[in-house]
Amino acid sequence: MAASSSSSILAPVAADGAGTGHAHFGRLLLAEWTKLRSVRSTYWSLILLIIVFPFFCWLFPYLTVANWKQASATQQANLMLDPIGQVMAPGQYLGQLSVAVLGVMVSASEYSTGMVRSTLLASPHRVRMLAAKSVVFFLLVLVIGEVVSFAGFFIGRQTLKSLITVNLNSGDIRQVVGGGLYLAMLGLFALVLGSLIRHVAGAITGIVALLLVVSGLISLIPGRTGKYLYTYEPTNAGFAIIAKHVPDNFLLSPWEGYGVFALWTAVLWVLAAWLLERRDA
Amino acid sequence: MIQATALTKRYGPRLAVDHADFTVAPGKVTGFLGPNGAGKSTTMRIILGLDRPTSGGVTINGLPYQKLAAPLREVGALLDAKAVHGGRTAYNHLLVLAKANGLPRARVDAVIDLVGLHSVAKKRSGGFSLGMGQRLGIAAALLGDPGIVMFDEPVNGLDPEGILWIRNLMKALAAEGRTVFVSSHLMSEMALTADHLVVIGLGRILADEPMDRFIAQNSVSYVRVRSPQMAELAPRLAQRGWKVDQQPDYSVHVYDANPEQIGDVAGTEGLWLHELTLVQSSLEEAFMRLTAGSVEYHAGGDAAGAQPAEGQQPLTGWGAAPQGAPGAPGVPGVPQDTQQQGWSQSQPPNKERIQ
Repeated sequence: MAASSSSSILAPVAADGAGTGHAHFGRLLLAEWTKLRSVRSTYWSLILLIIVFPFFCWLFPYLTVANWKQASATQQANLMLDPIGQVMAPGQYLGQLSVAVLGVMVSASEYSTGMVRSTLLASPHRVRMLAAKSVVFFLLVLVIGEVVSFAGFFIGRQTLKSLITVNLNSGDIRQVVGGGLYLAMLGLFALVLGSLIRHVAGAITGIVALLLVVSGLISLIPGRTGKYLYTYEPTNAGFAIIAKHVPDNFLLSPWEGYGVFALWTAVLWVLAAWLLERRDA
Repeated sequence: MIQATALTKRYGPRLAVDHADFTVAPGKVTGFLGPNGAGKSTTMRIILGLDRPTSGGVTINGLPYQKLAAPLREVGALLDAKAVHGGRTAYNHLLVLAKANGLPRARVDAVIDLVGLHSVAKKRSGGFSLGMGQRLGIAAALLGDPGIVMFDEPVNGLDPEGILWIRNLMKALAAEGRTVFVSSHLMSEMALTADHLVVIGLGRILADEPMDRFIAQNSVSYVRVRSPQMAELAPRLAQRGWKVDQQPDYSVHVYDANPEQIGDVAGTEGLWLHELTLVQSSLEEAFMRLTAGSVEYHAGGDAAGAQPAEGQQPLTGWGAAPQGAPGAPGVPGVPQDTQQQGWSQSQPPNKERIQ
């Protein structure tokens, strides 16, 4: 134990700026960034994304090319009509899981570890803290998401070269850029879910069920109701951005779909912020 | 300076904190005492903005906690050492807190050295022992060099050297003019550390006064006298107006007199004395007496006969009615309803549990 006199240790070291006035948002951003980069789960999830996404953007086109002769007419037509979408979708479908899990953990693990009490002591302006966390995480996933999207695109295009030459027209760039946008919004959606549920396992179950099970089940509902539900389910709505043309049971355009996803996320974010402010820590 | 005004916190039908008014002033160590479930942790959490009060308020240097721009620079708190992400290193944990409050990295290094975690600073905190975790929490509390320091059970998990260290640290912080607010169950530690006491029971503030006044008001000291000529001595002492209390072991407890006076009486009368001892009351005894009526969770059965370590009154059970026992005084200065009136009947058997 240090035996030095406390008065010398606790003599104030010059800090940046006065501690009065509003908590600088920049400080909160720095703190949230430090939190993100100091835990292993961040690295594992993102490494997994970086491996899985391009891998599946290779695997599915590769298998398509290898089995082209056995493919049905519909399958062949699907590829020819929207090669980019066909390349991106597998990577997206699987890569999104690691983003969703990370998003949940970023917020919910604070509660499961008790860290939230330290966080709220350091940043009692709760909504501002949630905003800083959201901004940092969204930007991180956006950057990495764009990188893996473009990587996946180029790998897939290369794999399909023997079948079809894929060009990236100005209209099609949405499909690739949208990959990163979708992942970022999904990450934020998961973060919000984690903040609402405050339980890691529960929130992960929820988001994975939403991504893998619910979307598929909804598509089985017949009629107009089925189409509405399918279109406005948040993750489905967002996923549309990587398709060249939306499927028949989807009622909005790709960008509109992404807008719906963003709206869902925004509304839930406001709810999470309100609850955060009101609930006991 | 911490100032609480009519602070109230209700969880459903249960009143955890009941119109608490108290002040924690700088320059001294203020102990926060109370039985389990009295509302200590709830009060501390409300002070720190973790819980929202039902009514009333508490300010820190005039502001509620949420209004402090860089709260760690004004208040440092150790509420529980487990409020840490196990996957993060101690250094990074402190770094996060420092960045959030605009503190430089040098502060992190300084407090790590202060608490003696230098060798494990870059290890993940999940692997820390209880004592190391506690020291990390203390480091976090001192990170911003705050004027107010709040500790909840700081010695929990510390070895004897650590306990001595934290006691001296708290005294040094108070001597520097800081406000030190510490809650603990360890009476012996509290008696050595605190200068001022705030006692809470069943959500109500039972006392808010300096330590020596608290002990004097809530317990009694007496002189134990043994003499082979007690039959002659006792009436002489009673004649002087002192209360004289026969004990089963032929000794006598004398109240309101000091040993010198009694010795003088014996000497003047030419009577032999075999023992003349001043039995000082302890903080533990004073505390037990004051809060006996406010204990919510009490051990049953065997513990009912347990008595405080020093300065025993012949109580007929833990916290039983003192006025029933011979010579036992009522507790002065304490409102009548918190004094024991056959307390076992007054406590409803099915008390609500806290969350």
